[in-house]
Amino acid sequence: MILFYLFAAVAVLASLLVIVQRNPIYSVLFLIASFGALSGLYVLLEAPFVAMIQIIVYAGAIMVLFLFVVMLLNAPHEDTEEDLERGVPPPSSGRVKVFGALLAIVLVVELIGVVVASRRAPIAFAAPAVSSVAAIGRSLFTDYAFPFEVTSVLILVALVGAIVLARRESGEGI
Amino acid sequence: MPTLDHYLVLSAVLFAIGTAGVFLRRNLITILLSIEIMLNAVNLSFVAFGRVLGSADGQIIVFFVMTVAAAEAAVGLGIVIALFRHRQSLNPDMFRLLKW
Repeated sequence: MILFYLFAAVAVLASLLVIVQRNPIYSVLFLIASFGALSGLYVLLEAPFVAMIQIIVYAGAIMVLFLFVVMLLNAPHEDTEEDLERGVPPPSSGRVKVFGALLAIVLVVELIGVVVASRRAPIAFAAPAVSSVAAIGRSLFTDYAFPFEVTSVLILVALVGAIVLARRESGEGI
Repeated sequence: MPTLDHYLVLSAVLFAIGTAGVFLRRNLITILLSIEIMLNAVNLSFVAFGRVLGSADGQIIVFFVMTVAAAEAAVGLGIVIALFRHRQSLNPDMFRLLKW
């Protein structure tokens, strides 16, 4: 129970820091911290496979990709005077921000309301967990064989799309 | 012991933080990061529900969500790089050619 609250607090705090940081590099690093906490929660849920790929694939690969792009672009922080000079429309007015924040608050109240309003006894995790990688792999290659193959096509499409989008247009080689 | 509701509430809070990030921030990279937060909030619910039902399906769906997230990050960052090359900015308010 203590571990749950610890990991939950780290996840929520790190996620909040992600969206309040002005510097995208700090945002990415806090998101990695948040993913570490989520990985701990997956261990508490007896899902070690998901916990491992959360660290290896999400924190290790996807976030490093983000970090690469942030450092490659060396982009100015948002809402700087530089932006204003170049004729960027002024940062979204206070009204838009209040609207966005209100929308988020309404969303969280609604989602928690759904959990509360279901009016049932809290469900404990009684059923034995399926946590072996062997069981997951067997299910992946039998019941979920078709989605699995579609996933490989999806990754191929994303690979080609990313190369086409990011290469220079002058067209000497790739 | 934490119950299912604990995980669902945590997932709801994380999802709301992600939406707030998409609405409040004016930086394309931070917006993509907020989308990742939302995807992870949903993953947490999937694993918790799978644990309650005692099946591996929740974890398998998380596997697929992660694949889609990786594809989305690759293509999204490709678009960000292309946009930055044209406008030298990451502010989404700069890109309004399709806006009337």
